[in-house]
Amino acid sequence: MSELGIVYALLGAAVAVLLSGTGSAIGVGIAGQAAAGVVTEDPGKFAKVLIIQLLPGTQGLYGLLIGFITLSKIGVLGGGLADLSVQTGLLILAACLPIGVVGLLSAIAQGKTAAASIGIVAKKPDQFGKAMLFPAMVETYAILALLISFLAVSGIQV
Amino acid sequence: MAVLKMQRISICALKKDRKSILEKLQSLGVLEISHVLEEDEDFHKMDTAGRRLGFEKAAAAADQALDLLDKYAPEKKSMFAALEGKKLISAKAEEKVREERRDLLRIARRISDLDRERAEQLASITKLENSIAGLEPWLALDVPLKTSETRRTVFFPGTMPGGTTLEKVYEVLAEQAPEAESADVRIVSSEQSMVYLTVVCLKEEAQQIEDALRSAGFARPSQAWKEVPAREKEILKEQIESCREKIAGIEEQIRALAARREDLQIVADYYRVRADKYEVLGQLPQSERTFVISGYIPQCAARETADALTGKYDCMVDIEELGEDEEAPVILKNNPFSANMEGIVESYGLPVKGELDPTTIMSFFYVFFFGMMLSDAAYGLIVAVVCGILVWKFPRMSPGMKKSLKLFFYCGLSTLVWGILFGGYFGNIVDIVSAKFFGKTVTPPALWFVPLNEPMKLLLFSLLFGVIHLFTGLAVKGYLCIKDGKMMDFFCDVVLWFMLLVGLILMLLPSSLFASIAQMTIVFPAWLNTLAKVLAAAGALGILLMSGRGRKNPALRLALGAYDLYNITGWLSDVLSYSRLLALGLATGVIASVINQMASMLPTNIIGIIFFIIIFIVGHSMNLAINLLGAYVHTNRLQFVEFFGKFYEGGGRPFEPFKENTKYAEIKEETLS
Repeated sequence: MSELGIVYALLGAAVAVLLSGTGSAIGVGIAGQAAAGVVTEDPGKFAKVLIIQLLPGTQGLYGLLIGFITLSKIGVLGGGLADLSVQTGLLILAACLPIGVVGLLSAIAQGKTAAASIGIVAKKPDQFGKAMLFPAMVETYAILALLISFLAVSGIQV
Repeated sequence: MAVLKMQRISICALKKDRKSILEKLQSLGVLEISHVLEEDEDFHKMDTAGRRLGFEKAAAAADQALDLLDKYAPEKKSMFAALEGKKLISAKAEEKVREERRDLLRIARRISDLDRERAEQLASITKLENSIAGLEPWLALDVPLKTSETRRTVFFPGTMPGGTTLEKVYEVLAEQAPEAESADVRIVSSEQSMVYLTVVCLKEEAQQIEDALRSAGFARPSQAWKEVPAREKEILKEQIESCREKIAGIEEQIRALAARREDLQIVADYYRVRADKYEVLGQLPQSERTFVISGYIPQCAARETADALTGKYDCMVDIEELGEDEEAPVILKNNPFSANMEGIVESYGLPVKGELDPTTIMSFFYVFFFGMMLSDAAYGLIVAVVCGILVWKFPRMSPGMKKSLKLFFYCGLSTLVWGILFGGYFGNIVDIVSAKFFGKTVTPPALWFVPLNEPMKLLLFSLLFGVIHLFTGLAVKGYLCIKDGKMMDFFCDVVLWFMLLVGLILMLLPSSLFASIAQMTIVFPAWLNTLAKVLAAAGALGILLMSGRGRKNPALRLALGAYDLYNITGWLSDVLSYSRLLALGLATGVIASVINQMASMLPTNIIGIIFFIIIFIVGHSMNLAINLLGAYVHTNRLQFVEFFGKFYEGGGRPFEPFKENTKYAEIKEETLS
């Protein structure tokens, strides 16, 4: 049954990319709707609202990061699959969970915050610096999850 | 590292000089008008609203004309037009424009009129086109579309609801007007919803027939044309053509006026500046012969301004210190490096009275952390070179823009340094290219260490930098307490916390928890361990007892103390927040590697190499853009939330001097006096 180890590990990489990517897509989508509304009124604010719209996109990148590290660790990239026991495979899967789950939920929450911040930019463009900060507060937790996922994946001995 | 000291300047002068004094002050731009004197029986304010409005209208007219010029004769602008800043014109050119300002206003109005004429022509084209559309179904008819008669018969056209056939028409006629038999109906054309027909009948039966048809939905056409439809269409087309020609002529005329664009810009600015002047003039208290002007001025400019005024006019200038409760406007003044971060502080909030300008302290941490988060030598070099070139190429860009670009220039340099320390050059491009094209993997050595291989080490360093940053913030708070003479606050809110935190850190370092994280054991001598415990305990006890010192009730005081002690979790989360230094740095490096990996999967032939280059350029531009944004946002966060949270509130009012607020051009100052 030891062939299943690599399956679990790959599932881990998939979960990391899948969930956080989905979250970012939803988050950027929510913010994008608000941004489009502002640009119809005032096309001059395009650059500012675009920056804020991009903020919930980072979770997807963090998921990609963990997915990539996992892939290169288990040898899917560059050939030569590692021989993983079921236990190691499950360990890697567990290590990938934080960025997957937190990435999904935090990106959606960050998308909503970004939409509200875009509202700030619409009414008070000079408060751009502060508006940018609110979505960044949400992202902290995705960063913490990324950190734990990263440390866990790189700590597991293959 | 300072907030410029403000003073109040009051000028009392003769009324005959008031305009030239105001102009002088406006061109100096060092005074923020703020009046303390109220109106009384001797001093009255002048009503300038009408004249101000006139100037504003003139400026708006010129602005509108310029917008129209941009529409019809767009100026060729380079991609970096936004960076070029305002034009610089000589005082002589301005003088010339000022003399012909009435002509220029006339030109501005002429441009607006031409635009209106063009809109009218466009409207008539639409109208004519509608006429042609209405004429279309009648084109098969070879007589004019209007009621006409011969001696005995009458002819009239009309429409009926869609689906009406010739048989149906005769049926209706037979039913409704059985006596009338002379009607000859022809269908000219039919559409889905409308049938176009003509009727010829005897004069005496005409009314009867028309009434009968009307009951079945007959209607005369809304427009009557004199000519045969085909000829009529040609006439309409000719009219449209002539409208088009007129429009082309109008556009040509507007384009011919584009040569005066620059003069119009100058005149728009001139009226804007004059409107501002009259606004201030309206606020001045004036007596019969004199007037008073009063406001804030930075101390460094006060003396010079006073001398310049008294030397030239008969006036009294009085400079005094600000009152205790007066909230002065704020200008920041920093060394050339830190001044670039003033925009960051401004976006958080300027210091209020009694607060320290945090720009200088912040600026070093800012650049340090920014570089660490981006941490790729190649990216840093790109950012620094691009910003450097832009600043050098466009010396007249707006000051705010210049500061931002210089800020990114320094951040780019810092990124370069961190990239060399961590061995990141476009991620791992050197490894990939050397392995793919030269068959031998070459890894540029990291000057310090590679974060991907030793993440725990970098995490610890990140937290260490965080502790240093936070302790600096707390120390600044201590400094402010001492400066204000609040020794009790200094001891309770700063010293006790330092004792507690240092004690806790010293207790943590030799513990097995730290050893397992850092993979190294630190052994302290026994006295240091004891000292750590004593410090932590004393600090905690002190905070518990002293935090609620404002309260009399001992139970409440202890409760408040306990609550303040709970802030230790706040410190913990603040320090952990600095783990983003590691995480964002890793994100840049790993995603860059993903791009390189993707590019390297292509075969090694010409097409492969071309795609390699395309993937490389597109991928790394995106990665650079996203991580630049990330580094900027999170560096700001670390400053605003973690660092400013320790000592800084902000909320000051920016200094808004009375100056020449131009939009297009600046006038070169010839001399100061």
